[in-house]
Amino acid sequence: MRKSIIWICAIGILFIPLIWIKLTPYLVLTTAGLAFGMFLFMVASGMTIIFGLMDILNLAHGALFAIGAYLGGYQILNLLNTLGWVETGSVGLSTISLLLAITMGAGGGAMVGLLLERVILRRVYGDHLKQIMITIGVLYVITELIKILWRPTAEPVLVPLAFQGSFDIFDVIVGKFRVVAIVIGLVLFVGMQLVLRKTRLGLIIRAGVENREMVQVAGYNISRIFTAVFTAGAALAGIGGTMWCIFQQQVTPEIGLDNQIFALIVVIIGGMGSVTGSFLGAIIVGLSFNYVAFLWPKLALGINILIMATILLIRPRGLMGRE
Amino acid sequence: MAEISSPSRSILSLLSVHIHIGQHHILQGVTFDVEAGRSTVLLGRNGAGKSSTLRAIIGLNPVTSGVIKFSGETIQGLKPFEISRLGIGFTPEDQGVFYSLTVEENFRLSLFEETEQTRRNLETVFELFPDLKKFWRTKAGLLSGGQKQMLGIARAFVNDHKVLLIDEPSKGLAPILVEHLGHSLNKIKDKTTVVLVEQNFYLASQVGVDYFIFDNGRVVHKGQMKDLVDDQALKKKYLGIG
Ligand SMILES: Nc1ncnc2c1ncn2[C@@H]1O[C@H](COP(=O)(O)OP(=O)(O)OP(=O)(O)O)[C@@H](O)[C@H]1O
Ligand SMILES: [Mg+2]
Repeated sequence: MRKSIIWICAIGILFIPLIWIKLTPYLVLTTAGLAFGMFLFMVASGMTIIFGLMDILNLAHGALFAIGAYLGGYQILNLLNTLGWVETGSVGLSTISLLLAITMGAGGGAMVGLLLERVILRRVYGDHLKQIMITIGVLYVITELIKILWRPTAEPVLVPLAFQGSFDIFDVIVGKFRVVAIVIGLVLFVGMQLVLRKTRLGLIIRAGVENREMVQVAGYNISRIFTAVFTAGAALAGIGGTMWCIFQQQVTPEIGLDNQIFALIVVIIGGMGSVTGSFLGAIIVGLSFNYVAFLWPKLALGINILIMATILLIRPRGLMGRE
Repeated sequence: MAEISSPSRSILSLLSVHIHIGQHHILQGVTFDVEAGRSTVLLGRNGAGKSSTLRAIIGLNPVTSGVIKFSGETIQGLKPFEISRLGIGFTPEDQGVFYSLTVEENFRLSLFEETEQTRRNLETVFELFPDLKKFWRTKAGLLSGGQKQMLGIARAFVNDHKVLLIDEPSKGLAPILVEHLGHSLNKIKDKTTVVLVEQNFYLASQVGVDYFIFDNGRVVHKGQMKDLVDDQALKKKYLGIG
């Protein structure tokens, strides 16, 4: 009963922007916000699980996003375009290009993530302050490396032909790629839930978020599970980066830095350690960012920090955080 | 019961085990022997080092020096998951039950592989603790304190471990439940060797065959439980009872 009231309120809040925004732009902004939310979710979900399970605050997670963007979105699509698969060619070729870009983004993110965990984070287990300092350091170093390896300026990113343009549904213009992004985000969310709820690995992760020692005592090699989870989280961030830069049609070296702030807000709103929480948080941040950016562009980031502060005041553990 | 190669039938032995946590010298040369099939209680006042000893055996507290042997194999320095797979189960002081998982999931996580034996053990668990069957699909966090305690023990027991380390199961239980627990532990100790840390002397005397008394990170006394029951002087000196 109380739950349903909360849900009705939550959905009600969604319509508040209609006071200022007409229905058509409202719907356009809503799809844009949902798409943005999905990208944020891809980054935040990895961060939140890594925090919940391993007690690691990884603020370099945004760097993995950036690597996904440059390797997957920028590099691979440019390469495939020389074969005529991206800006020209069939729907099939567009789809294959996108899948290859995502694979590359995920692989790049996973590889750098693995290195990050093995070489750097292993040394700062159990010490949040060191984790924060060293991972922020890594985030900046990777940002600078990107400037050297690619360019220090914004670069255009290609959109596969089939996903260019938009659907026009009763005057509501919905970018095709937005739809793709929302679908991929939902698939990833459902997939993660299935893994968490239905598999033994998921069971171990859920248990480990609560009590790592007892998972080891039950006979599981937690260090192997940490590595697997960290790598998977890094791959998700890589996918998020790939998708995001295609969506934006450009990539900048600061993409990781910019995104890290949003991802952190999402993780905190959702509750550290909760995938469902970060999904809700990502949608809240994605939507409110878009509505507010339309009405008062300068307040777009501020409103999210305000939402975060409000939620923390009411529920210090975040929406779905555990006691 | 399988044959044990060592002549003393010792299944678990600690030899001069030391532990440091930070600056503190927590265990200062703990030595004791547990014989297969003889349930053993570790006694001693608060802070004597009983819990630290169990955590050292299962690998959660790194051992600074000394030797821990299980079934003739040296196990100190191994990771907790390796020690657990060798056949040692552990129920910590706070039960270590996963609150966000259902009772069923708690069992599923603990059960490394299902065998005929683990299925039989589960039957035993349901007989001893019918509540666990009743709340099979309930989140463990919603169970009462006593039920959580039962889940903590039962979950370690189903695995068919050779040794079961149980830390203060009577904590916070009403006297009637302590009695029930004693009855259950007695059933369990017929099937596996129980090493029990217990402040409740009644429960300890119900379950234990051998005992070791801890004080200041050392074993200061040992013997058979049936003798200790009547030794008022010893009980008063080290346990503050009697
Ligand atoms: N993580 C820790 N850091 C510092 N000191 C510790 C730590 N764990 C235990 N100790 C100290 O080690 C000593 C032994 O603790 P332990 O928990 O083993 O005692 P115990 O015999 O189980 O006591 P109790 O009956 O109260 O449970 C105590 O003095 C305790 O304060
Ligand atoms: Mg203790």
